[in-house]
Amino acid sequence: MIKPDRIVTSTCPYCGVGCTLQLHVKDDFIFKVTSPFDSPVNHGNLCVKGRFGYDFIYHPKRITTPLARRYLLEGKPKPKGREQVFAVSADGKPIPNSQISNDWDWVETDWDTALNLVADNLVRIYKRDGSDAMAVYCCAKATNEDNYLLQKMYRALFRTNNVDHCTRLCHAGSVVALQQAIGSSAMSNTASQVMLNDVFIVTGSNTSENHPIIALQMKAAVKENGAKMIVVDPRRIDLVDFAEIWLPLKPGTNVPVFSAMAHVIVKENLVNWQFVKDRTEGFDEYVESLEKFTPEYAQEISGVPAEDIRKAARLYAQAKNGAIYWGMGISQLSHGTASALALIHLAFLTGHVGRDGTGLNPLRGQNNVQGASDMGAMPFHYPGYMRVDNPENRAKWEKAWNIEEGGLSLKLGLTTTEILSHAHEGGVRSLFIMGENPMMSEPNLNVVRHHMQQLEFLVAQDIFINESGAFADVFLPAASFAEKDGTFSNTDRRVQRVRTAHKPLGQSRPDWQIICDLALRIESRLGVATSYWAYSSPEEILREMGSVNTDYAGITYERIEKVGLIYPVPSLDHPGTPTLFTKDFPRGKGKFHVLDYVPIREEPDDEYPFILTTGRLLEHWHGGTMTRHSALNETYPEARVEIHPADAEMHGIRNGDPVKVSSRRGEIIVRATVTEKTSIGVVFLPWHFAEAAANLLTNDALDPQAKIPEFKACAVQIFPARLQDLPNPDAVVERGRY
Amino acid sequence: MAIKLTLDNKEVTAEEGKTLLEVARENGGNVPVICYHDATTANALCRVCVVEVEGMRTLQPACIVKAAEGMKVQTKSEKVVRSRKTILEMLNSTMDLSEADEIQRMMQEYAVDEKRFPDAERRESEVKDDNPMYIRDYSKCLLCWRCVQVCAEDAQFTYAINFEGRGYETQIGTFFDKAIPETTCVLCGQCVGVCPTGALKPKRQFLLEQGVSPQEISVMNTGRKQRKAKRVES
Repeated sequence: MIKPDRIVTSTCPYCGVGCTLQLHVKDDFIFKVTSPFDSPVNHGNLCVKGRFGYDFIYHPKRITTPLARRYLLEGKPKPKGREQVFAVSADGKPIPNSQISNDWDWVETDWDTALNLVADNLVRIYKRDGSDAMAVYCCAKATNEDNYLLQKMYRALFRTNNVDHCTRLCHAGSVVALQQAIGSSAMSNTASQVMLNDVFIVTGSNTSENHPIIALQMKAAVKENGAKMIVVDPRRIDLVDFAEIWLPLKPGTNVPVFSAMAHVIVKENLVNWQFVKDRTEGFDEYVESLEKFTPEYAQEISGVPAEDIRKAARLYAQAKNGAIYWGMGISQLSHGTASALALIHLAFLTGHVGRDGTGLNPLRGQNNVQGASDMGAMPFHYPGYMRVDNPENRAKWEKAWNIEEGGLSLKLGLTTTEILSHAHEGGVRSLFIMGENPMMSEPNLNVVRHHMQQLEFLVAQDIFINESGAFADVFLPAASFAEKDGTFSNTDRRVQRVRTAHKPLGQSRPDWQIICDLALRIESRLGVATSYWAYSSPEEILREMGSVNTDYAGITYERIEKVGLIYPVPSLDHPGTPTLFTKDFPRGKGKFHVLDYVPIREEPDDEYPFILTTGRLLEHWHGGTMTRHSALNETYPEARVEIHPADAEMHGIRNGDPVKVSSRRGEIIVRATVTEKTSIGVVFLPWHFAEAAANLLTNDALDPQAKIPEFKACAVQIFPARLQDLPNPDAVVERGRY
Repeated sequence: MAIKLTLDNKEVTAEEGKTLLEVARENGGNVPVICYHDATTANALCRVCVVEVEGMRTLQPACIVKAAEGMKVQTKSEKVVRSRKTILEMLNSTMDLSEADEIQRMMQEYAVDEKRFPDAERRESEVKDDNPMYIRDYSKCLLCWRCVQVCAEDAQFTYAINFEGRGYETQIGTFFDKAIPETTCVLCGQCVGVCPTGALKPKRQFLLEQGVSPQEISVMNTGRKQRKAKRVES
C-alpha cells in the first residue's frame, strides 16, 4: 500500500460548486484524491471529474516548455495567413510541419526569448495602433490572483478595457438581468441552503451532470426533507425522476412559461403584497403587461400543458421557503436577459428572496467564473463591479495602480464575442488568451476561425495547445491548478484556497508569475512609471485587490486557511454573508420589467426541421482541454446526438447509427443516441468534442443587452451518414447510465 | 431534553435521542467502529462497537442503540472486549485486512490471536478491473455496507451496487454482475471514499502499487496502451 508523502488540501478545478479536494502526492505525482467529510460545500462527496479527473496534469501532450513559431525566432516576416497548427507529437514535442510553410513550426525556446517576443510585439502594435488594437481573454479557470493581474496589466499598461472572459458565454444574460432588477449578479443564497427549501424550481440546468454535488443536495432535499422540486427543462434530465412537476418546454420559450406562472400568481391572488409594496417598483405597469400571458397562451407557444403551469405557479407561490436555481438554459438565448428577468419576477411576486432558504440562484459553471468576474475580468467593470465609465471608480484604481490622473480608459471595452468580430485591419490586432478556448466555446466556429486568422499577433498561455492555442504565435506554458497557490470563488461566493501540491512540471510557471514577468518587460519598453509587479506571493495580490474592492476587504489567506469565507466580507472581523438582500437590494428597490415574448432567432422550418440545443456531460468539461486529456475521455470518448425515438423512426435512424447533423452554418458527423430524454422535434449535442464540434452548428445571434449568443436553440437537419465518415468510428463505450 | 445515565461507572448527562456511541465519544470514551461512518446511516452490521447494558440479555451495538434515562453501560467490560476480539479474529481469518490501517491498530489493541481460526476458508476473489477510474478487490471487503449506502440514499441516489448472494457467499456486486460502466454508476467514487479496507481503490493508486511508473500510467491515459493490469501474486 502506498503512503503519500503529503496530503495537500485544495479546491476542485472543475465546476462552480467548489468542492474541497485532498491531493495525495507521492514523488511529485498525485495518485489519489479524497475529500474531507466535514468540508462545508460538498461534505466529502465528489463527482467523477473531481475525484478522478486530475490526470490531465501528467498527460504527455502537456506543454511545459515555451514555444514560438519559427518565423519569430528567425526574425523573418510573418507568413501570410494564420493557420491552426498543432504540430506537436504525442509526447508534447514540436514536430516539423511539412504541409504548411515551416515558418509556422513550433520551436522550443526559453522563457526570456518567449516573453521578450511577446512584449516586443504587443508594444509594437500598441504604439502603432493604440489601445483599441489590444485585447485579452482572462480565464474562469485560473485563480482570482491570476485574473486580477491580467486585467490590471491590460488596463494599466495598454489603457484598454477590451478585457473579458467566458462569463460572456454562460451567464451574461443572468448577470445583466440581475444587475437591472437587483443591482447585483451573484447567487443570493448558498447552494447548500437547498436543504432549507420546501419548494424549489430548477430550470435550464442539468444539475446532476453540471453541478453534481448540488444535485445530490437537491435530491436529499426531496427524499429526506420532503421538499417539492419543479423542473422546467426541454430534456427529461435525471432530476425529473425526483420532481413533483416537470414542465417540458420547447427551447427558448422561457419568457411565456414563467410569465404565465406570474400571471397565475397575480390572478389567483397568491402575491406577497407586503414584499411587492416594500421592496419592489414598477409593479403596476408590469402587471398590465402580464395580461396576455395566460397559461393557455404559454401552452400554445411552449407545448407545456396550461394546467401544469398553474400547478407549478401555485406550488412555488404558496411555499414557505421557495427558491430558484437556474443554468445556461435561461441565459444562452438571444433573449437571455428577458428570460432571466421573467424568473426574477417570480421571486419578487412571492417574496422568495432575501431570507435563508429562498433566493435567486444562477448556478455558475466554472470553478472561478464568479471570481474572474469579481476580479474585473470584464469589459464594463473594474474589480468589484465598479463601472469603468465612472470617473470616481477610475480615480480609485489609478491610485491603486500608480497611474497618472485620468490615465485609465473610460471607454467601455469589447466583449468576448465582439473582440473576435473586431479582429480586422483598424480593429483588434493582438489577442492574449489565458486558458480559454474560443475555437470551441464560441458559436458558429467557421466564422470564429476566420476572425482568429485576421489577428496580427496571438499569445496563448495554457497547459495544452488547444484548438485556439494552435493559432498562436507564442505559447507560454502555465502551471496547472495543482502547481500553484491562489484562491477560487465558487458559485456560493465562497472564497477558497488553491494550494501547490508539487512543483510545476518542466519549465511551466504559475500564471501570476508569468504575467508579472511579462508586465515588467512591457513597462520597460513603454518607458512608463511603474505599477507594482514585484509581488512576493499571490496573497499580496489579493490584498492589493481587496484594498479597493470592499467585498474582499476582510479576506486574508490566514482567515480562509481552513474554511473559505463567503463574500461580501467588508472587514477583517466580518464573518461573511451567506444570504444577500435581507434588508434591501443593492439598487434599492427590486425593479419589475415589462417583457414580451421574442421567439428564437432561427426557428425550425421544412429544410431544417429540428431545434438543436447544446449542453454539457458529466464526464467532460467545456472545450475539453482538460477532460479530453484525461482517463475521463475513456468513459465517454465521442459526441453523440440525442434524438427522440419518434423522430428517429421517421428518419430511419437506429440507436448508434452515424448521422450527419447540419445547420446553415456547418455540419458534423456523430453517432445518434435514440432516447426519450429529449423531446420530439428537439435534438441535443454536447459541445466538448473538437472532432464533432457542436458550435460549428450553433447560431451566433446575440442578446442585445448581454451580448450572449444563442447556444441553446438553432435549426438543424439530420440525415443518416456512413460509418467511415465518423471522425472516430472505433470510439464506442457502452454506458448504462444513458 | 437532557437525560442521566452511567457510563463505565461514571454518571454522565446526554441529550435525549443520542446513540450510546455519540454519548461515549462526547465523554472521551473509545468505542471502536468498523462499519460505522459519520457520513453514512448506522446499521450495526459489524458489531465491533458492542457495549454491555445492564439488564439487557445481549451486547448492544452502540452505533444504533439510543441512550436512555438511568441506563448503566459498560464500554470495556471483559465480555465486551472478548466479543470485539473474536469479531476481529473472525474477520482476520477470512479476509485480507492488510490495507485496513484502523483495523490493524484495533487488532493490536485487542491483542488479536492471528491463528485463532486456522481452518477458516478465506474469501478470495479476482480483482475486478472493469472501468478506468477504480478497481474492486473483494478479497479485502468486509461487507460494511458503506459503499452501498453512499451509492444510495446516503449521498448519490444512484443505486448501482448492492449485496448479492447469501450468508458466506454474500458479496457486493452490480445487478446481473454487469461491468461498472454498463450499470447506472456515474463513477463518482463516493464508494471509494468511504471504503475502510482498500477493497475499492482509485485505478491510478492501484497501478502505482503494482509497480507501474507514473510515466507509464500517464501514457495509458492517451489510450495508446491497455490500462488493464494483472493482480500481482503476493
